[in-house]
Parts: sequence; structure tokens; C-alpha cells
Amino acid sequence: MSEYLVDIKNERLSFFTPAGEVKALNDVSIQLKEGEVLGIVGESGSGKSVTAYSLMGLTAHPGKLLGGSLIFNGHQIDQMSEKEMRKIRGNEISIIFQDPMTSLNPVYTIGNQIMEAVLFHTDKNRAQARERARELLELVGINEPDKRLKQYPHELSGGMRQRVMIAIALACEPKLLIADEPTTALDVTIQAQILELMMSLKERLGMAIIMITHDLGVVASMCERIAVMYAGKVVEYGTAEDIFYNPRHQYTKGLIRSIPRIDTREHERLVPIEGTPVDMLNPPKGCPFAPRCEACMKICLREMPPVTSFGEVHYTQCWLNQKEEMEKGAANE
Amino acid sequence: MLKYIAKRIGLAIVTIWAVATITFFLMNMVPGGPFLSEKAISPQATAALEAKYGLDKPLPQQYITYMWDALHGDFGDSLKQRGRTVMDIIKMKFPVSARVGGLSVLVALLIGIPLGSIAALKRGKFLDSLISVVATCGIAVPSFVICTLLLYFLGVKLRLLPTIGLSSWKNYVMPVLALSFYPTAYIMRLMRSSMLDVLGQDYMRTAKAKGVSGILILFKHALRNAILPVVTYVGPMLAYTVTGSFVVEKIFTIPGLGGEFITAISGRDYTLIMGTTIFLATLIIVMNVIVDIVYKIVDPRIKLK
Repeated sequence: MSEYLVDIKNERLSFFTPAGEVKALNDVSIQLKEGEVLGIVGESGSGKSVTAYSLMGLTAHPGKLLGGSLIFNGHQIDQMSEKEMRKIRGNEISIIFQDPMTSLNPVYTIGNQIMEAVLFHTDKNRAQARERARELLELVGINEPDKRLKQYPHELSGGMRQRVMIAIALACEPKLLIADEPTTALDVTIQAQILELMMSLKERLGMAIIMITHDLGVVASMCERIAVMYAGKVVEYGTAEDIFYNPRHQYTKGLIRSIPRIDTREHERLVPIEGTPVDMLNPPKGCPFAPRCEACMKICLREMPPVTSFGEVHYTQCWLNQKEEMEKGAANE
Repeated sequence: MLKYIAKRIGLAIVTIWAVATITFFLMNMVPGGPFLSEKAISPQATAALEAKYGLDKPLPQQYITYMWDALHGDFGDSLKQRGRTVMDIIKMKFPVSARVGGLSVLVALLIGIPLGSIAALKRGKFLDSLISVVATCGIAVPSFVICTLLLYFLGVKLRLLPTIGLSSWKNYVMPVLALSFYPTAYIMRLMRSSMLDVLGQDYMRTAKAKGVSGILILFKHALRNAILPVVTYVGPMLAYTVTGSFVVEKIFTIPGLGGEFITAISGRDYTLIMGTTIFLATLIIVMNVIVDIVYKIVDPRIKLK
């Protein structure tokens, strides 16, 4: 058995659209130990959600897993049938979605929707399931749980609904919670509350979290490990310290430069990353970031860069890093 | 809820009054009268008949008399069917039409909802195309064509089913099929499009992420949300269908209310025109109130005010 809770190796996944094959994931490898928090950052379409969904077997049509190995908690996810997956989903691995306003079924009560997960995965009877739902609502900090159980989603605010989504996700005490941009649709004060809640629940229940976001601030405050994705590849992977204090990939550097800082002087401008995201239908032959990269070399346009490691965890996929490391190695000799 | 129903009843009375008034004056504007026929009747006889039924009075006075009687539940005698009151005719003919119509709505729901859902689930596949073609035909082909085809094949060629009257359950098959064709097709299309919409909703993904099985997701989470447009359509459609179809009743010689509508108009049977129109209007209003209440039950977001 793997020492990791999540062990994704060389995952390749494509969407076969009428316009052609979109290579959404290209050789993605991600590891996560029990109880760890991993942040996946990247712009829209970089493959961060697709990675997480494929781990739950929720890849949307017309997506297809083409290769690689996905192991979760000892289960070989890529080999499992839909029926076997159903036993894991909502039980050992749960997810909360971006938009709490639309993620709850409008015609059923909150209680019904929380109980559904409990009833499905445990042999509790209805009364016990209701009691569990009540507990869960208390756990996620919702007041008057007995009243809330009987209410419908439209009677709750956005922040409350996201708490309910978290309650549903935690119904069976999962080993892994995937949070797919859980705060994007909420306003800032509520965002902070939800993140705080997630961290305190993590401490209490000891689950691992995969946090998908494009908000580097969220990642910085929560995550132990960070994967930076670009065009279906993990371009840089490391601990929070590596990524924020010693970023090596040009894309990561660009991302960090573009964060507004509290100590910015009045007329200093934010530095954007020039150019536009990759057209995933016609990806460039070499490094996907090369056309936008300030330090682009000839080889970057021709060939995919290999992995360059800096120590145990931290690695990038970048020709420049490869060159620097080789020069350093040569100088040392 | 009670306040809402009271309000709707008040509104219904106003609507029915308006329908009755408009119908009354419109039908009197149409040339001709109930006592014109190919056989020449003496002017004295016509005058006597008109005096008997009050048709010699000025129109506003006739209107007031009619409305006053109607308010007291008296819809008058039929002008053409001697010795029968309008109420008698409706009481006798409506149950026949209601049975045939009710059955066909039931058939339409039982076939339309599952097939529409299946088409949505198999979007773009062969089954979806097949169902869509059938649905389009069902909407485009007029009922007399369907009646004729049914009669010809099932009745005449294969001799499977009787073609006239309503003496046994076998007699119901063809008229019910013919009547249900259009609503079935319509419900299929409604169901397909609303199901497609629901299947793409975020809460379906949530349900799947909880590990709920495919069938349960469909029945519990999708169907209840997708069925709302069908509820809207079925209410008024039921009112129309249970009051009978002229074409289908004529072709299968069913003694229903649908035929009475048309013969009353062509015969200028004023009292019967008024009676059947008010009856249909009332039925439609009642169905709409029922639809609103069902809506509230299916979708808790809806507030009845």
C-alpha cells in the first residue's frame, strides 16, 4: 500500500469535443498524505477541477481518462466500476462546490439533503440519520439546527448554504475533502468564516483537504503543499514556503508578482502576466507557457521541459530551471 | 392558502361574468336565429316561439333576464332540443366526454413523461431522435387524420376493435388513443427540454457526489424539478380534453359534450351556447387554481399570494 492517501501518477485526461481533442490533463502527478492540505492553483481551464473530479470518478461527458494511475486510500480509482465508486463518493471522499446557491436541490429540505448521504452510506435508520444531520449542522456552526433541518435552501443565505454543503460533505467523516473554489461565490467576510470553519474542522476530524482555487491568498493561509497548474500540467510543486518564498517557475513568479500587497506604495502598479491563456485545442508543441514567458528560450518552443527537482518536494517543469541546475552542477564539479 | 383560494374564487366570478357577457352579445351579433330552418315556418309560429323563449324582447333585457336566472342556477331550456334544460344536457353528456378525455390525459402523462425523460437522458442518441420525430408528428398531424388511420387499420383492416359507440372497454381504445396523441407528444417535448435543463444543474452534481445511485438521482432529484412545466400544461389541457373533442366524438359516434358545443353554435341554440361556454370557462379556472396549488406542493419556493 502506498504511503500516500492520494497518489496520482502521470494522469492523462482528454475531452473529446466536436471541435477536437482537448488535452485537459497532461502527465499530472500529485501526492497527498493523510491530514495534509494541498492547494491547487491555476487559471480557469488549467485542469485543477478536472484533476479533482477525476479522483471522484465524476469526470463530465465527453471526458476520458487516457492513462496514468489514480490511487486513493488504497483504492485503484481508475480501475473501479461506477458501482464501486458510489460507495466511496460522499463517504471516504467528499466535495464542496463553488456556488452554494445552485448546489442544493431547491425542492427538498436541508434535513432531507443531509440525511440522504447518511442514509446512503451507513445503516442508520431515519431517526438516527436526522440526529446525525442535526449534529452536523451544529458542527458547521449553524444556529437553531432543528429549525434549519425543516427549511428549504432558498430560505438560507449563501454563507449558510455553503455551511450546509460542508455538512453534507462531512456526513460520513471523509478522509479527503475536495473544496472546489468554495469561497469564490461568497462575499469577503463570509469567505474568511468559511475558510476558518474548514480549517477548524480539519483539525478536529483529521481529514486531508484538496483546496482548488485561483486565490493565492487562500492557499497561503491554509495549504501545506501547493501545486501550480498551467494548461493541464503541474508546472511547479512544493511546500507553501517553496512556492511563496522561493518560486522557480516563471509562471509562479508572475502569479506572485501579480498579487496586490499591503506594503505596495501608492503609485506602484501591479504586474500582470502578459498574453492570453493557451488555446487547449491547439496547444503549443513545447512548454505551454513559453509564448507568455519572459525568459523563453529556443528549446522551450520545441520541446516539453523535463522535471527539475530542488530537494525532496519542490520541483518544476521548466527548461530555464533545468539549465540553471545543470550549470550549478557543472560549477560545483 | 385559504385567503389565496378566496381571492381566486372572487377573481373567477369576475372572469366568468366577463366570458358570459362577451359570449352573449357576440352570439346575438351573428346573423340567423334558432328557429330558421329549411322548412318554411309561418311568421306567426316563429313569433310565438320567440315570445315563448323571450327572444322578442330587446337584447339588454334578454341579457339581464338570462344573467339573473343564471345567477340562480337556471340556465334555461335548450332552444333546439325540446323538453331538455341546458343543465340536463350537460349532466348527460359531460360524464361521457370526461371518461374518454380523462383516460386520454392519463395515457398522455404515463407515456409522455417517461419517454420525454428517456429522450433527455439519451440526448443525441438514436432513441432521442426517434422520440423527437414521433413527438413532432404527434403535434403536427391533426386528430381527424389519426382517427381515420386508427379506424382504417385497427377497425376495418384488422377488425380488432369496434368502430362505433361506447358499449365496452374496447370501444374506448381508439378514441382515447386519438385524443391522447397530441398531449402525449406535447408532454414528451416539454419533459425532454425541462429534463435536459435539470440534468445540467449543479445540484445534480451534488447528488452524484454524495454517492446516490443513478436511478435515485433521476427519480428523486431530477423528476420533481423537471415536472413543473408539465403541471402547468396539464391543468388547462385537462379542462379542454374532458369537455370533449368535436372531431373525435363525431368520428367514433360518441355522445359527448364536444359535439354539443359545435351543434349548439351552428344551430344558434343560444341557451346551450351560453351554458356550455360558462361550463368550460369554469372548468378551466378551477383547473388553474388546482395547478397553482399543485405547484406550491411540488416547488416550495413558490409563494401563493
